[in-house]
Amino acid sequence: MTGSWHELTLIVNEVPLRTTVPARRLLSDCLRHDLGLTGTHVGCEHGVCGACTVLVDGVPMRSCLLLAVSVDGQAITTVEGLAGPDGELSAVQQAFQDCHGLQCGFCTPGFLTTITAGLIGCPDPTADDAREMIGGNLCRCTGYLNIVAAVLRAAELTRARSGEVADAAVDSGQVP
Amino acid sequence: MTSRMVGQPVNRVEDPRLLVGAGRFLDDLGQDAAELAVLRSPHAHARITDIDVTAALEVQGLLAIYTYEDLSGPLADPLPLLIPHPAICAGRTQYALARDEVNYVGEAIAVVVAENRYLAEDAVERIVVSYRPLPPVVGVQAARAAEHLVHEDAPGNVAAHFVQEVGDAAAAIAAAPFRLELELAIERSASTPLEGRGVLAQWDSDSQRLRMWTSTQTSTGVRAAVAAKLGLDLGRVEVITPDVGGGFGVKIVHPWPEEVLVPMAARALGRPVKFTEDRREHFISAAHERGQLQHIEVGFDATGRILGLSVRFWHDNGAYLPYGLIVPIITSTQLLGPYKPGAYRVEFDSLYTNTVIVTPYRGAGRPQGVYAMERTLDAIAGELGLDRSVVRATNFIQPSEMPYDHGLIFQDGRPLVYDSGDFPASLAKLKALVGWDDWPAYQAAARAQGRQVGLGLACYVEGTGVGPYEGGHVQIETSGRIKVATGLTSQGQGHQTAFAQIVADELGVSMDDIEVVTGDTRRFPYAVGTFASRAAVTSGSAIALAARMVRRKILKVAADALEADPEDLEIVEGMVRVKGAPGVAMALGTVAVLSNPLRYAFDEASKAATQFVVGDSDLPPVNEDDEPGLEGRDYYSPLRSTFANGMHAVIVETDPETAEIKILRYCVVHDCGTLINPLIVEGQVHGGVAQGVGGALYERLVYDDAGQLQNASFMDFLMPYVSEVPESIEIDHLETPSPLNPLGIKGAGEAGVIPSAAVFASAISDAEGFAITAMPISPSDLFELRRRHAGTDRHNESIAKKEPTR
Repeated sequence: MTGSWHELTLIVNEVPLRTTVPARRLLSDCLRHDLGLTGTHVGCEHGVCGACTVLVDGVPMRSCLLLAVSVDGQAITTVEGLAGPDGELSAVQQAFQDCHGLQCGFCTPGFLTTITAGLIGCPDPTADDAREMIGGNLCRCTGYLNIVAAVLRAAELTRARSGEVADAAVDSGQVP
Repeated sequence: MTSRMVGQPVNRVEDPRLLVGAGRFLDDLGQDAAELAVLRSPHAHARITDIDVTAALEVQGLLAIYTYEDLSGPLADPLPLLIPHPAICAGRTQYALARDEVNYVGEAIAVVVAENRYLAEDAVERIVVSYRPLPPVVGVQAARAAEHLVHEDAPGNVAAHFVQEVGDAAAAIAAAPFRLELELAIERSASTPLEGRGVLAQWDSDSQRLRMWTSTQTSTGVRAAVAAKLGLDLGRVEVITPDVGGGFGVKIVHPWPEEVLVPMAARALGRPVKFTEDRREHFISAAHERGQLQHIEVGFDATGRILGLSVRFWHDNGAYLPYGLIVPIITSTQLLGPYKPGAYRVEFDSLYTNTVIVTPYRGAGRPQGVYAMERTLDAIAGELGLDRSVVRATNFIQPSEMPYDHGLIFQDGRPLVYDSGDFPASLAKLKALVGWDDWPAYQAAARAQGRQVGLGLACYVEGTGVGPYEGGHVQIETSGRIKVATGLTSQGQGHQTAFAQIVADELGVSMDDIEVVTGDTRRFPYAVGTFASRAAVTSGSAIALAARMVRRKILKVAADALEADPEDLEIVEGMVRVKGAPGVAMALGTVAVLSNPLRYAFDEASKAATQFVVGDSDLPPVNEDDEPGLEGRDYYSPLRSTFANGMHAVIVETDPETAEIKILRYCVVHDCGTLINPLIVEGQVHGGVAQGVGGALYERLVYDDAGQLQNASFMDFLMPYVSEVPESIEIDHLETPSPLNPLGIKGAGEAGVIPSAAVFASAISDAEGFAITAMPISPSDLFELRRRHAGTDRHNESIAKKEPTR
């Protein structure tokens, strides 16, 4: 009934993790309950709400629609992997706080991962771009306006931070 | 002075943990727990003739299966009818597991506990239940017709019949110069939080204690119900509310079957057990709201002044009545909004149907009431050819009439008396914000270009902050850290932030030193719950009062130590100091040390409080009217509800071909009294408006005649994405502080959603030239209405079914 068990390795937030799961184990359940990374949330289990979105090799995917065995060996980024190693909030996370982009916080991880990937492809979004970027994620609390604002703010912060990095590099005499 | 925190758009203290995936929601807990899955009825109405679990017993990892036969004592009785009311003539509630009969698709019949949810579901699939189907009753019309009954012993499918009247409405209407009748309908929607229900229980056999976590809006309510159902002393049950992924009303219902079955199983099996609801389960076994049919008769004069109003409505309460009549009572009373009809009569039936139960969803009956009243006012304006805002203003209660007594009984059993509000000022603000006076010219110009645009207006008054009470506890630890607790729960409203702002001001400390805990019965065992936009009013006030107690004690203890008069002391940034002599000062942590006379010094700081150091030898170390420790506990119990109010305007454009309804502008004027945190209030308004857009234009719960919910998924229940909400919401605040509580606050949680059905119906009617009388409205509905109205002079057609009598 549970079928065969499979050993797999997932590179989660840059750390290789090994686990053994039945073939039917969803990636969302594997992350949450086998690997203990409960930041990824499950809102519908049919791929509509986007709360469970994680990055698979950098691409946003619904972890509730993926079997864990199907991503063996691939790199997964969850919300736990977004902040810097020193705990500094990422630009997207900081922007959500600045813009009051979350209320209950349940859908938030899926927005954060989606936007993190979205801003790489679209680093200088317009408001329309921002709406398009988050157009597949459901939030029942915020009415989205502050999330749209957070996308724009995150882009600003990212530019400012990369400016700081460049400035720091110049200050230290490094050649970029 | 430390700058004042109340009123500031402070960033939320909840955010950092939620942003890094460190929130603790129900299913994040109990990783080692066994899991429970529920076998739910596939029939809307049926007798259960047999349950055969044999095949399920083979499932590996199975721990237990329970059916009704396994329940005993209070667990075998029906679940409680939480809010009894004398108008209830046939109050029926379900059993934790169905006994003989099921009354809606989704009703729990059996539960399975297994090593994990996958295995529990495997076992559920193998249980064979035999049914004898009965005819289902679906929809208000069928319930009213009562050709079939949901409950044999509830004649006419009537759960309750209720009438309230002030003056003689029938006579006033009969004598009025103008009269109209309206037939209105509003369909079901649902709270639909992103996190469903969930419960985890741990039974400690050594101490014979139950600890449970549940995704609820009332931890104390769950605690009392579970203790009663399991036959445990209250002191042996602890209920903790973890982070909750949205509530919007549905999680105030308690105990859900799973909230008693999970602890029952945990105790029986001697290991933690968890239930996490899935999305389909949430649609078919949690709760819905809104569905009503309304018949309105109104009499008015040539200025549009209402002389008599009579409302008859039929409320669909679903298969059972666990939450009593709160929703229809709110509809029947809050319908009045900011207006004063000369005479008012309201009569409703609350009806059983073979569908999911109906309990409060954000707005809780107000959206229906506001819809009824505002459609009526638009009809009056249309009939008389008057400006819609003028008709509203004509009927307003004036600021000079506050407090205003409607002569009715409100949902809390207390008189419906508005505490404050300035409705003419709110309307003036809204008209200025939306550009009301420029509208006719804009609309005419748009029409000349072949565009159909409409402006809608709707006003509401919202009774908030209902009793009975909430409490607050504030304690200053010897570290100087401040621990605050209140019993009600949080579902994303930012209570930790708002309450910390209040305490920071009351005590003169930094918010960084304050930690707020909500919804944990270990920290605060007396509470009611989070509903009716009441948290800020009730807990906010209680916490402020508790903080003031602590402040008095701080000043007394510090005055003794600093040999000063308490009147001469101030608290600035966590230091108590003598005014004008900031060098004479003491940290709050030190005051906390001194407040607790010690025999044993446990560290350097505590030496200051030992018996050879402090105390007047002529007095007991803890004096008669004193207590050790630097803490205060106080309660706030409002005499009556506070009443927030607001007015919304929306401009829509309807596509002449496709009937698509596009929002061009959305404007809000909002008066929730004193603003604690404008950022949070604005967020609440945004979220409410978005839910309102969903309820007005997209969301409905579609049952077929057999009682099967046809759209029980996010694929088919059209909750708004970002593409469906307005690109901006223009907000203007009016702050009319409530005189009923120490902070002047009124509550803001539900406001945004309340006038939505009304305001969109008003705008679409204005755009189309015929009256919208059924909500929500989809492009298909509008397209169909256009066909029906084709050939009539749309722009002169009245909303009402009867022409004026004179």
